Amino acid sequence: MIDSQQTEGSQNMSRRFIRAVAAGAIATLAAFAATAEEAPEKVRIGYAISKTGPNAGGAAASSTPNYELWAKEINAEGGLMLSAYGKRVPVEIVEYDDRSSSEEAVKAVERLITQDEVDLVLAPWGTGMNLAVAPILHKNGYPHLAFNTLTDRAPELIERWPGIFFFEGTSTIIAGATLDMLAQQRDAGKIGNKIAMIAIADALGIELSAAYREMAAEKGFELVYDAAYPAGTQDFTPILTEISSKSPDVFIANSYPPDTLTMTEQARVMSFNPAVYLTGIGTAMPMFPGQFGENVDGVMGIGGSDVASPALQDYFKRHQDSAGYPADRFASQLTYAGLEILQQAIENVGKIDRAAITEELKTGTFRTVLGEVSLASQMLETLFYVGQWQDGEFYGVGPSSLPGARAPVVPKPAWKN
Amino acid sequence: MKRNELAGGIFVTLLFAVILATPFAGGSSYHLSIGISLLQYAVMATAWALFSGPTRYVSLATGSFFGIGAYTVAVLGDFLPWPAVLCVALLIGLALALLVGLATLRLSGVYFVIFSFGLSEMIRQLVSWYEVNITKTSARYIFLDITQQQIYWQLAALLALVLAVGWWIGRSRLGTALRLIGEDEVVAAHVGIDTTRVKLALFAISSAFMSVTGAIMAPRWTYIDPSIAFNANISFQVLIMALFGGASRLFGPIAGVIPLVLMIEYLSTNFPNHFSILIGAIFMIIVYFIPDGILGTISARRPRASQPPLAAKAPRTGAAS
Amino acid sequence: MFLDLLISGLTLGGLYALVAMGLTLQCGVARIMNLSYGEFLIASAFLAYLLTSKLQINPVAALLLIVPLGFVVSWLVYRVLMLPLVRRSKAGASLDVDSILATFGLLFVLQGMMLVSFGGNYVSYSFLSFPVHIAGTQVAANRLLVFVFAVVLGGTTYLLMKNTRTGTAVRAVAAAPNFAPLVGINVLMISTLAFALGGAMVSASGVLISMFLPFSATMGVLFTMKALVIVIMGGVGNLKGCLVAGLLLGFTEATVARLVDPGLTIAANYALFLLVLLFLPNGLYGKAAR
Repeated sequence: MIDSQQTEGSQNMSRRFIRAVAAGAIATLAAFAATAEEAPEKVRIGYAISKTGPNAGGAAASSTPNYELWAKEINAEGGLMLSAYGKRVPVEIVEYDDRSSSEEAVKAVERLITQDEVDLVLAPWGTGMNLAVAPILHKNGYPHLAFNTLTDRAPELIERWPGIFFFEGTSTIIAGATLDMLAQQRDAGKIGNKIAMIAIADALGIELSAAYREMAAEKGFELVYDAAYPAGTQDFTPILTEISSKSPDVFIANSYPPDTLTMTEQARVMSFNPAVYLTGIGTAMPMFPGQFGENVDGVMGIGGSDVASPALQDYFKRHQDSAGYPADRFASQLTYAGLEILQQAIENVGKIDRAAITEELKTGTFRTVLGEVSLASQMLETLFYVGQWQDGEFYGVGPSSLPGARAPVVPKPAWKN
Repeated sequence: MKRNELAGGIFVTLLFAVILATPFAGGSSYHLSIGISLLQYAVMATAWALFSGPTRYVSLATGSFFGIGAYTVAVLGDFLPWPAVLCVALLIGLALALLVGLATLRLSGVYFVIFSFGLSEMIRQLVSWYEVNITKTSARYIFLDITQQQIYWQLAALLALVLAVGWWIGRSRLGTALRLIGEDEVVAAHVGIDTTRVKLALFAISSAFMSVTGAIMAPRWTYIDPSIAFNANISFQVLIMALFGGASRLFGPIAGVIPLVLMIEYLSTNFPNHFSILIGAIFMIIVYFIPDGILGTISARRPRASQPPLAAKAPRTGAAS
Repeated sequence: MFLDLLISGLTLGGLYALVAMGLTLQCGVARIMNLSYGEFLIASAFLAYLLTSKLQINPVAALLLIVPLGFVVSWLVYRVLMLPLVRRSKAGASLDVDSILATFGLLFVLQGMMLVSFGGNYVSYSFLSFPVHIAGTQVAANRLLVFVFAVVLGGTTYLLMKNTRTGTAVRAVAAAPNFAPLVGINVLMISTLAFALGGAMVSASGVLISMFLPFSATMGVLFTMKALVIVIMGGVGNLKGCLVAGLLLGFTEATVARLVDPGLTIAANYALFLLVLLFLPNGLYGKAAR
């Protein structure tokens, strides 16, 4: 009797053991099978960018070369490291031309999401384009890293579209930082308090001007000239002559290319040389030093970099090698940093789970060419808003608290004709 | 006439059957977007042909009216209920058309074309200046909760309306007056037709449709500033689509819109880097090889493409009347 | 200050006039409303840039190469692309519309080619950008050159038109294309010549402008629109009208920028354009007066 009991017991135990082993084996096999099925072949990343139309210049300067560089480098390493599958998955790019039209951008992004079924969408260039596609990205749950977007309504938009992130601050922040830097110079006795300001009669120019206008008085400055010029103006001599006659200490132009270049050329020819000469978008683009050579020194503009940073210098070199032309010293590095952030967010999450990625973007800290940054406020906050060309490089001069900030050279050295 | 009417009736029935069925056919938001594109251009091309077809004044002002409609939404969208906004867009389009028409319909042919081409730019400058100096706004944000489906249906209704208006004009005295003006403006004036009034009326009606189209489309872009609203490319695209289909018939423009919009979409998707070259080549092919438009080439009656040199017919140029 | 305004107006007006002169020939004589005109300007600018930056040929020397090239290319464009339209319209009124549409297509093709070759980036370089002191103000030498060129080119062409047989033939074709054959003028030949000459002029202006204005592959339309306004305002086909209209617009822009509001400069130009047309529907020097 005992024998059969013992046998039954041991038989039971054997059976249980066999069952356990079998169950374990099946589970492992199933897990393997499941993982092998789920790992995507590629991570599809799409974007609509302005290859033609008025935005094409800006996109070519700040967006496209960075997107291409980023994708190239990821794939050179084998792809994005998706820890959920334990392997690297290469990136596939799907790109469209939005022809600088909001309607085309909207359609293209819809196409990317519903037809091409991309995993992530990168931003188009420009405030108008980004705002046009923002609702669609929001509706479909895609995180929206809005590179090259500048709008004072960013805080309100963040509430409306919780998955959106901004990288250039706002016009108010930029104007504030610039005025603070100017106030420091004034208090040190280097300049007076007269500002002459012009702006392109376009959304960005007007917004920046409005911001300056609102804060100038409280920071102790007087606007002796305040006007807007229409897009397409090809001769700034009348405006500059008028401004010259008011002998301003500071000249601020909230401008876009090509105006930024045209007006600087004319300022140089007529030797209009206020103590501070500050122009807008385009000042930091490679064509600016390309055109003016030595004459760039002393010109201030939006943007700036911690030039000494080895990470940044390495990025500049890689950009030059990949695109064939230099990165712009304002938006390019912000775009690239944003792409680095995106990559790290994806890899931290370990798979393509857009909700998790968005959450990671909001909560993580990331190592970028700008140093260690976070997007907790859904806005990039560690960036220079005012830079100055010194010794052939565009150094950040404001805010002066950021690492790598240099003291501005004021007054601006004379133009060499 | 009867056979044509029957053909027209069948066409319109089929067309609207397709239009009504599309949103339920299980496509994605992208497909609906294409549908919206098709409807948008169908309305504008038909409206364009309402004026430019019979009078033979080639107008490149489509973009201006589209833009003013879009801008109306940008300004008033937050303050008025939606139907009121559309009405205002329509009225502004009418008013602008009357203003522009009074100023320019005295211009002879090519001057009118070029002026209408520059109109978009001029309005953009004025609106820009107004926004900078008077209202002190940089750009306007449209946060209306209008879905894609709603935009689609509004455009479909607008298309039905413009076709109805076109059909009604064709049968009315206004239509007869128009045809006479198109044939020979001098004779028309002598017969007692107030040519200016007739041309103005048509121009205003046509432009009003374009403004409302712009207004309906505006919520799709969220962010509007003058350079986004006023785009001259629309003027050319509408013109070429209408001509391709045949501007002298009511359904001609639609016949031009459908293949061209689909082709543009196809090229955009598959040849993003060569889109300009390809679309330019297609435009040129149309001009060189299909000048009478599809319907014109098919129908036995050839519209007046070849003119005896001294006739006052065909697109207005040369000696002013 | 008045001197300032005068010089500003002259240089800007000279720029406008130079840009528009070629088009007035193409529209007025060859009867081609060339919407792709600006693309030829930009293409010439790119060529000048290439020659300057890659081959170190200075832009003024580059003119010697690019202007004849512009002439030849435009000749071919007329012969190959425009002639079929001319023949089809039997020199009737539909040529204007057909040419607008065909050149609109051409605009896209040319722009597309430049985009593929150069991308959408802005390109700029500087040449002859030293200041020249005139009457108490400073003007950039390259802008002054544009003004000089406008006057010389416009003046020479005008004189040629007045005093040579070919010139008279050109004017005849512009004034009365249907009657010109009756006096033995080969209208097609004259039209081709005018179109090609217009192409040469726009090439010259492209090279000169590239010396001080940044440009990109998509900027052609901007120039075409400006040129069209000036051509229409001055009277289609009339070189003197072109010069006058250009200068008038230049002065208006400079004055409004200084004395009124810089934001209204371009609106003022269009307003002026409209005003002229309202009172003189055929432009300042319409077909009636020559």
